[in-house]
Amino acid sequence: MAQQNETVLSFHGLTRRFGGVIALNQFDMELTNGQIVGLIGPNGSGKTTSFNVLTGIYAANGGKIEFLGQDITNWPAQKVYEAGVARTFQRSRLCLELSIFDNIMIGNHKRLNQGVMFNIFQRKALKAQIQENYAEARKLLEIFDPALADKMFEPVGSLRMIDRRRIEICRALISHPRLLLLDEPSAGMTHEETRELMDDILEVREMIDGLSIILVEHEMGMIERVTDKCIVLNFGQKICEGAYREVASDKLVQEAYLGGE
Amino acid sequence: MTQSFKDKLVIAFLAVLGAAFVITFIAIEEQTEIFALLVLAAVLVVVSAKLGMTKTISECLSRNERLMNIAVIAATIVVAFWFHEDHFPLLMIATVLLYTITCCGLNMQFGYTGVVNFAGAAFFGVGCYTAAVMGGTSVPMILVIILGGIIAAFVGSILIIPVLRTRGHYAAVVTIAFGLLFRTFLEVNDTLGGPQGLGVSGMNLFGWDFNNGIELTENIEISFYMNYVILALVMVMLTFVLMRRIERSWIGLNFDAVRLDETAAACFGINIKRWKILSFTVGNFLAGTAGALYAMMLGFIAPSNFAFSDSLILVSIVLLGGMGSLWGTILAAGLVVLLPEKLQVIQEYRFLIYAAVMILILLFRPQGILPRGLRAYIPGWRG
Repeated sequence: MAQQNETVLSFHGLTRRFGGVIALNQFDMELTNGQIVGLIGPNGSGKTTSFNVLTGIYAANGGKIEFLGQDITNWPAQKVYEAGVARTFQRSRLCLELSIFDNIMIGNHKRLNQGVMFNIFQRKALKAQIQENYAEARKLLEIFDPALADKMFEPVGSLRMIDRRRIEICRALISHPRLLLLDEPSAGMTHEETRELMDDILEVREMIDGLSIILVEHEMGMIERVTDKCIVLNFGQKICEGAYREVASDKLVQEAYLGGE
Repeated sequence: MTQSFKDKLVIAFLAVLGAAFVITFIAIEEQTEIFALLVLAAVLVVVSAKLGMTKTISECLSRNERLMNIAVIAATIVVAFWFHEDHFPLLMIATVLLYTITCCGLNMQFGYTGVVNFAGAAFFGVGCYTAAVMGGTSVPMILVIILGGIIAAFVGSILIIPVLRTRGHYAAVVTIAFGLLFRTFLEVNDTLGGPQGLGVSGMNLFGWDFNNGIELTENIEISFYMNYVILALVMVMLTFVLMRRIERSWIGLNFDAVRLDETAAACFGINIKRWKILSFTVGNFLAGTAGALYAMMLGFIAPSNFAFSDSLILVSIVLLGGMGSLWGTILAAGLVVLLPEKLQVIQEYRFLIYAAVMILILLFRPQGILPRGLRAYIPGWRG
């Protein structure tokens, strides 16, 4: 069992520039084991950029990222995933023409035997691995929606938005990550669907011991309900940090959102 | 009547129908008759689609994959033996089979992994020239075929760095440039025969000389092209096994992930370069092996066989059949190779018609004639 207050992830002065625009400016944060942190802020304040720098899509221009005691600054995306960080994307990035099973297995990459000779010649062992992983993927998907688990061999493109989000989260969870990054999971969904998804996220946290989550979200109801701590970004800078209630009543935050004087 | 018996009947019927159609198509010479036959086939396909039969048939086929494979092989053998003494039809059948192998290679690159290759004919050509150069040496001819593939893959490795660094149109331009370079190189290089080309010795398998006809009895004499048809068929079978095994494994899944979304693939640990290099290399290998046997069969090759237009034909086969679809590749290779040979009217307008058909396909049926289905890791298994 993971230790209770162990630091999972920390940013130290993380900076990222795009030309003259500073997307992330000296961003410090810390995340402990099992914590759910909400990352909020107006559009363009650097929320998604911080995900992209963390997962190795963008290089950092300065600062340091530590994950489970390792310095993972500027690691390639593949290595960050291997270390135990999995994510979803703001605009769902599933492979629409592939089946649900295929999509979830993409997220399971590090736990599958990727040897060329194994895949081509050891068909029996491969079959066993496929069936094993099928059972596991099905079990995971059943937590979200049992009906969806019966459609494992249907193309993802035929599903509604909330189901696609669920599959994206399953794709991220199947490899047993230590840190899950959710980038606006409620985007493009109705209130009812958002509420359902929120329940799913809480359920997942209950189920997986020691899973930390960073949640980027505009839907404040969701932030209020699921997060332990909020961090507010504005123009790439952290302007506030604390429990949702404290943050929501902060003057700077209100200004950033409502554009005060 | 049980379901499985019904399925068997359907498959047998389709195999007989298919074989009969191909035999008639190859045998008749009269242009109007050929045209009528094509119209009849088109009407049949449209009507059965309207009646919902196509769906039933495709379900039946996916249930009985092994039986279907056997039926197709048997039908091909029947067609080949029907024309056992005619050189030209057998040459065409072997050509279709070898184009199928080449296009399987392109399918692995383009259809699975999304690596465009507009130099298919060049890699095919590398195989041809390997056969021409190695043919006179003491290297066994069967090894020459494999060597043709290896050298094609090796030559392809020159292109790996630019192919990995570029995407989309730019990658296409890189391969087009390579294709043009290859042909120019052959034309100016005197040791490889220059524009006149080279003669190639025929296939010889452990003393069995492929360029001799086979005399079974006094009345039955089999054209020497039959040897090539049979070897090409065996190679197609091996290629299909390889393609299927790759598609129905984690490798195939990685290929698809790389094609569909490189960023997401990288975020889940998929090494984009590794899988692109693998598919590009194996694809070129397949094209090279097909080229080597093709050269042995023709006995003579020249740079003009490997023009950019030939690469375009290969790409159009892939698109016409359906990206990543194996049966589609055979069907499209058959259409693209046989149609211009049979319909002499269109010979001159070949490229015009190809272009028009390509545009129509891309507009109205971008998934191709026989679209690739979802991955069935284990045939018949759905959880």
